[in-house]
Amino acid sequence: MMRIIKFILLIFIIILSFQEISSANSSSPLIDKISKNLRCLICQGQSVYDSQSDFALSMKTLINKKLEEGKSEKQIYDYLKNQYGEWIVYDPEFDKKNLLLWTFPLILFIFGGLLIYRKVFIN
Amino acid sequence: MKKNIFYLILLLFFTFIFTVFYIGLDKPNFYTPKEVKNKSLEEFTSTELFSNEQFNSNDIIENNKFTLVNIWASWCVPCRLEHSLLMDLSEKTNLNIVGLNYKDKKNNAIKLLNELGNPFSKILTDPDGIISISLGAYGVPETFLLNNKSKVIRKYIGPLTKDNILEIIKIIQ
Repeated sequence: MMRIIKFILLIFIIILSFQEISSANSSSPLIDKISKNLRCLICQGQSVYDSQSDFALSMKTLINKKLEEGKSEKQIYDYLKNQYGEWIVYDPEFDKKNLLLWTFPLILFIFGGLLIYRKVFIN
Repeated sequence: MKKNIFYLILLLFFTFIFTVFYIGLDKPNFYTPKEVKNKSLEEFTSTELFSNEQFNSNDIIENNKFTLVNIWASWCVPCRLEHSLLMDLSEKTNLNIVGLNYKDKKNNAIKLLNELGNPFSKILTDPDGIISISLGAYGVPETFLLNNKSKVIRKYIGPLTKDNILEIIKIIQ
């Protein structure tokens, strides 16, 4: 029994120490938040937050610098969008190019709802 | 009649979906950066590699009709490949070629220049990569051809090729 408890305690300690290491890597929660919403343009399927590439590391330093200059989160996104285009952010803005993408699920939902309504209540 | 309309709508719906995916098949799924023509390069101040003096990018760019800004590093293998082309360009033309040394050690950078030659009129340093990000660069090597108003005329991502060099020569003449 004692062995099992010791084993569980050991696992907990390992998990906690890993968490400490990962939280020590990030300097500020706001940098983490911004970098999680930025695409690492030279990595596949990774955010700036996840990546350890030179591009991502420089990007994190830049975000830190901009925050120290007193720039807001939105100003940083706008700045980077101006440099790299809309693609850099994971959360694209609503515009006429992605109008269909945003409204299509809603249209489908209403259309489907109407079909169900007709089937159930009218027939 | 109602059934026909239903099938027609269903057919139109699937045709639409099929068309969207079919067009999507041809599209490359890797990111190709947007053209940055007629965009101005952001002004920056940096330390020169040899003299340790502070330079403003606009002071260097304004005095020349065209300037080629090349982001490089001694640890970057493709940079070594394009170095001979930059040497050729500096020998054949009087184009102002400015180097931006990216996240590099001074000793290693100087060693590479001693080994392969120095095509640059000035080499500015970018120790933490912030300047490159503010220029909209992806990594090393990357090259911008600018006019004296800091407007980006051409941007080359990755190592320069012989065709790129010919294009640059054509533009500056």
